[in-house]
Amino acid sequence: MNSKFSFLGYTKGDLFNFIALLAVALVVVPLLVQSEYWYSSILIPWLCLALAAIGQQIVMGYAGQLALGAAGFMAAGAFACFNLILRVPDIPFFVALMLSGLVAAAFGVLFGLPSLRVRGIYLMVATLASQFFIIWMIDKFGWFKNYDTSGIITAQDIVIFGKPFTSPQEMYFVIVVVVTLLTILAINMARGSTGRNWMAVRDMDIAAESMGISLLKTKLQAFAICAFYCGVAGALFAFTYLKSLEPVAFDIKLSFKILFMVILGGLGTINGAFIGAAFILLFPVLLNSIGNNVFHGAIDATIISSIEQVVFGVLIIVFLIYEPLGMAKLWDNIKQRVISKIAPKSEPLKQKKT
Amino acid sequence: MTQGRKFSIGAPILEVNNISLSFGGVKAITGCSFAVLEHEIKAIIGPNGAGKSSMLNCINGIYKPQEGTIALKGKVLEKISPNIIARSGISRTFQNLALFKRMSVLDNILVGRKLHMKSNFLQVGFKMPGARAEEDENREKCEEIVEFLEIKDIRNTPVGNLPYGLQKKVELGRALATEAEVLLLDEPMAGMNVEEKREMCRFILKVNDEIGTTMVLIEHDMGVVMDISDNVVVLDYGKIIADGPPHEVRANQNVIDAYLGVAHD
Ligand SMILES: Nc1ncnc2c1ncn2[C@@H]1O[C@H](COP(=O)(O)OP(=O)(O)OP(=O)(O)O)[C@@H](O)[C@H]1O
Ligand SMILES: [Mg+2]
Repeated sequence: MNSKFSFLGYTKGDLFNFIALLAVALVVVPLLVQSEYWYSSILIPWLCLALAAIGQQIVMGYAGQLALGAAGFMAAGAFACFNLILRVPDIPFFVALMLSGLVAAAFGVLFGLPSLRVRGIYLMVATLASQFFIIWMIDKFGWFKNYDTSGIITAQDIVIFGKPFTSPQEMYFVIVVVVTLLTILAINMARGSTGRNWMAVRDMDIAAESMGISLLKTKLQAFAICAFYCGVAGALFAFTYLKSLEPVAFDIKLSFKILFMVILGGLGTINGAFIGAAFILLFPVLLNSIGNNVFHGAIDATIISSIEQVVFGVLIIVFLIYEPLGMAKLWDNIKQRVISKIAPKSEPLKQKKT
Repeated sequence: MTQGRKFSIGAPILEVNNISLSFGGVKAITGCSFAVLEHEIKAIIGPNGAGKSSMLNCINGIYKPQEGTIALKGKVLEKISPNIIARSGISRTFQNLALFKRMSVLDNILVGRKLHMKSNFLQVGFKMPGARAEEDENREKCEEIVEFLEIKDIRNTPVGNLPYGLQKKVELGRALATEAEVLLLDEPMAGMNVEEKREMCRFILKVNDEIGTTMVLIEHDMGVVMDISDNVVVLDYGKIIADGPPHEVRANQNVIDAYLGVAHD
């Protein structure tokens, strides 16, 4: 805007962040990280769950609809992807992935309907139905699992342009590409008129309606996009992390995890989805390694997992009460402090990040 | 102030016909009819609880009157909802601020441009040239409004953090951004000091003068009403007890009684 630098409406800071992050993801990480463990147990699930958290963020952080059922949409996406690759000969992987997202989006619209009548905790309960219904449907009709009876279905290999992507590092690259594109898309929507409509509905629905925003359309759109992100995330999660398709992997606990990622990461921020996902994933790993390395296993594993739950519980309450913008806001504050230390003369960042 | 107006007052643009509204047993409005003329500033006054806000809520589609019709430019509006009313060219502000608290001043005003922005979420998401051009144009419009209302220095502040008077201004800005033909303003100056009220009056008059926007305005301050309105409707216990130019209404015995609290028979 005005005389300030801008490329497609992005500020210099945006572009810097984008290039820096992409360089880290595509150059620094592959050079530094050699161990398969890091890819398959940390980076891959982190990016998959962060993608689902973006979906949750859109419906909850931006559109203000307290939905709980992200894992259900993930399951829909995962099984859609499995069936598409199984039944459609030569379907390109990315096409299957996007279609899986669309299948999940259809469920999103269906299970977003209660949001037109109820809100808050009631909506949360109503959307939980999606979780149970989708899992039930997959279990009930053998077709979805291709009549497999063993209980564990192996996911097909990811093949792109005839090249299989099977090693953790190769799969990591596939995920980075998808997550990058969908994150940019989400940021654009969130900062543009689409996001403003969501936030208007969130902050004051009557006024939003009086400005010509259709609550029906806006809420269902948010649910559909949320489910699309979750669906794609679920397919990636199944094909790259679980490497199998089992409905139990997408239980209510996963839905809660994604909800917590959004709350801890910061409601209404896209980067909060990544920060929250990292925290929820890494904190138990950290606790475990403290237990093993500092106390040499003297602390029982069950105690560690209860500590984990207590800490999550306390943090969620603290963040909900004192800092709804979550860790993303804390991160911004730290960054600003560092910047003002390094370059004390430069003005503090004026524009708020979305 | 009627002489030399760029937009002289014309035919009825908004007609309220025999509206009745009740909540359970409480009758908020009983059989009210009045007309708002094109380009005029029409004040609605009356004691607390007279049904003024309910009237605006009926026009705007938030409340559904049990009886009566509302016509815009001679056409009776069917299936009234806030969304449909907004699309037919009526915008509003609220008595108890209804801003988007966590959004910035500029973003709040940009929501007012909603009906001027046609890009769908994919065009926005992919930053298609059309969507970008549209965003820039509408931002430009909002920057003009921000400049007009003299709130440039707070344009990026979340509105929830602003003092009451400024929030009232932002709400006016959001309504102006719609470029609606008719604005319904529910106590735009309530809780303001004399200075702020004077400023608000200036904005309202200027918009009416320069763009010709028709205004329906609820206000308790009689000085302000006498100063800026072309016509005044007086409501008391959900009924219209007077309708006419300010000086006539002020002299009306019913109005004097209502304000002095003379007992109803
Ligand atoms: N949503 C509602 N539910 C029940 N009663 C209502 C509702 N809205 C308004 N009323 C009642 O209708 C009557 C008119 O209220 P209204 O808000 O229209 O008055 P008003 O003239 O705007 O008063 P004020 O000057 O205090 O704003 C009051 O008796 C009020 O209690
Ligand atoms: Mg009122």
